Amino acid sequence: MTTQVSHPSTGQTQAHIANLTMMTVKPRSLWQDAWSRLIKNKASVIGMVVIVIFTLLAIFASVIAPHNPLQINSGKGFTPPMWIPVGPNGVPADPNFIFGTDTLGRDVLSRTLYGARVSMTVGFLPTFIIIFVGTIVGLFAGYRGGRIDNLLMRITDVVYAFPDLLFFIIVMVTLRQTPIGQMMNGLFLLFSALAVVNWVGFARIVRGQVLSLKEKEFVEAARCIGATDSRIMFRHLLPNSLGPVIILTAMSIPGMIITEAVLGYLGLGLIPSTNPKDFFITSWGASMLEGQTAINAQPWLLLLPAIAVSLVVLAFTFLGDGLRDALDPRLQGTQ
Amino acid sequence: MAANEVLLNVVDLVKHFPIMKGVLIQKQVGAVHAVDGVSFDIRKGETLGLVGESGCGKSTTGRAILQLHRPTSGSVFYEGKDLVKLKGENLRKTRRRMQMIFQDPYASLNPRMTVGQIITEPMLIHDMTTQKDTQGHAERLLKLVGLNPAYTSRYPHEFSGGQRQRIGIARALALEPALIVCDEPISALDVSIQAQVVNLLEDLQAELGLTYLFIAHDLSMVRHISDRVAVMYLGIIVELTSRDELYANALHPYTQALLSAVPIPDPVIEANRKRIILVGDVPSPVNPPSGCRFRTRCPLAAEICKEKKPEFREVAPDHWVACHMV
Ligand SMILES: Nc1ncnc2c1ncn2[C@@H]1O[C@H](COP(=O)(O)OP(=O)(O)O)[C@@H](O)[C@H]1O
Ligand code: SF4
Ligand SMILES: [Mg+2]
Repeated sequence: MTTQVSHPSTGQTQAHIANLTMMTVKPRSLWQDAWSRLIKNKASVIGMVVIVIFTLLAIFASVIAPHNPLQINSGKGFTPPMWIPVGPNGVPADPNFIFGTDTLGRDVLSRTLYGARVSMTVGFLPTFIIIFVGTIVGLFAGYRGGRIDNLLMRITDVVYAFPDLLFFIIVMVTLRQTPIGQMMNGLFLLFSALAVVNWVGFARIVRGQVLSLKEKEFVEAARCIGATDSRIMFRHLLPNSLGPVIILTAMSIPGMIITEAVLGYLGLGLIPSTNPKDFFITSWGASMLEGQTAINAQPWLLLLPAIAVSLVVLAFTFLGDGLRDALDPRLQGTQ
Repeated sequence: MAANEVLLNVVDLVKHFPIMKGVLIQKQVGAVHAVDGVSFDIRKGETLGLVGESGCGKSTTGRAILQLHRPTSGSVFYEGKDLVKLKGENLRKTRRRMQMIFQDPYASLNPRMTVGQIITEPMLIHDMTTQKDTQGHAERLLKLVGLNPAYTSRYPHEFSGGQRQRIGIARALALEPALIVCDEPISALDVSIQAQVVNLLEDLQAELGLTYLFIAHDLSMVRHISDRVAVMYLGIIVELTSRDELYANALHPYTQALLSAVPIPDPVIEANRKRIILVGDVPSPVNPPSGCRFRTRCPLAAEICKEKKPEFREVAPDHWVACHMV
């Protein structure tokens, strides 16, 4: 703020100028401000483009894939990628199989495209459930305090103290043969395990936000004008807590994708399908497991899914960094 | 102004904030005696100034009156009803007539809502308008507080501190209140803006017949706007009288000390007058002094001040003081 010691009319003139300036500029919400900061960040934009591309590939895998990912082409196994004339086993390249084939002669590109379905679903589906549950719990715990809050914090401590990967492995190993373990080719169980571990992070971050926000005067003002508790929570506290939730979302998706890939690689992720009608047929983790057995003869088998995982994870990380800068909580509520 | 008609009656209001300790099992180990038994009337159409050093419980008093902090004990009578005993829907309906203007113009507006949404939300909550009529009401309220009615779709961060304070005033006015608690509404503003906001509050009072409880941390700020002034120290009111009486004939040593800190524009008087300088800090409200709370800093303190709590009594017509030596 500036201090004015000058003639009183200068103040008026300045107010008038400020008024005119405001009349000519469009109203901008803090969300719009954040968005314009985000799209100025090149890495985030590239990240978003990559994510959109992979999402589209995942959805339309059945249309885009040049071959049926399950089709075994006997005699065509070990085909190297197109640009390598002859593979290590003496098999010549085949222009039909851009990225070559696996041991059974299945098209690597098609299988990788189908693998995107698992990774993108793992990235998004459990996340939305987690955000929903975590945010509501965090909102109530932070606003009401007391017992709910205490309980939440103790659960959080337990979940944080337990090694994530060990938990996933134990759950997947012990429940894999049960009907639940078989649902969605094993993905349902994986999603549930991911959700159990990750929702506390969201609950905690929302709780922290709410704890500091509820002391602010605008919340007191809301109570004063007669707003009910649920109105205060959902109209006043929630919209002001979403920034960190969005950042955390972008930051935790890569972790989930990597977890799926690791579990798939350990043979504990998706149960590979042989039914061409299934939506989920193979995953990148499972492909890497198949690929590593013949890593010297067919390095492309391992490399293509590994590159795909890295690209998607990197894209989300870039986006998360950009979101963090764009939504910097320190900027909230100030000019 | 209807002569001395009482709008709100505060009786022995107490607010203690418990101090809790313990990780799993919380135990109360003490309490902040933020407000410790204050009684006063607010008269219809007046401005009652509430003055005291920072931390003496002014905001807590204002909030306890509005039931934003539920009082530990005491009563607040409004139109024959004790607000302290009201709950839920009844409280929300009655409180409609009492609103608040806050100190921090940056923290008091929801940054995610437009100005139009902020100032019409109260009316929507109380079914005083429908969604499709909000635009008209928003423009009317902005005009009322001297802002451009075209600003309804703007967000708070696009405004200056003074403009935000006007938005806060518009929100309070939306419910057509009888009483507005102004909690240091100008302390956070530039000196050049303060007078504008005070003038606006005075104009609105004249136009709408409002009653104000105007909180400030020094006597110079309330002098201009108040009809009567209450002086607070460490959770209690030590002196309450009309403005002119207070500035001419302050009786409590604490009020006298505060007054001697206010500069007088005449250099001769300013140079020759007797100053009472307060020594020491305000004691902690967790463990306030026995007897008179001011005794640790009072130049007149005697033995009785330690033993007996001075009664808050009317020593002259309409002049209340809590001090053994008066
Ligand atoms: N929510 C609260 N919880 C605990 N203590 C509080 C709370 N609000 C205020 N206090 C304490 O009560 C005392 C009076 O505070 P306050 O009414 O804000 O003073 P003032 O407005 O006169 O500066 C202070 O000691 C303050 O620390
Ligand atoms: S009662 Fe005693 S200590 Fe308190 S203000 Fe009066 S003289 Fe001072
Ligand atoms: Mg205060």
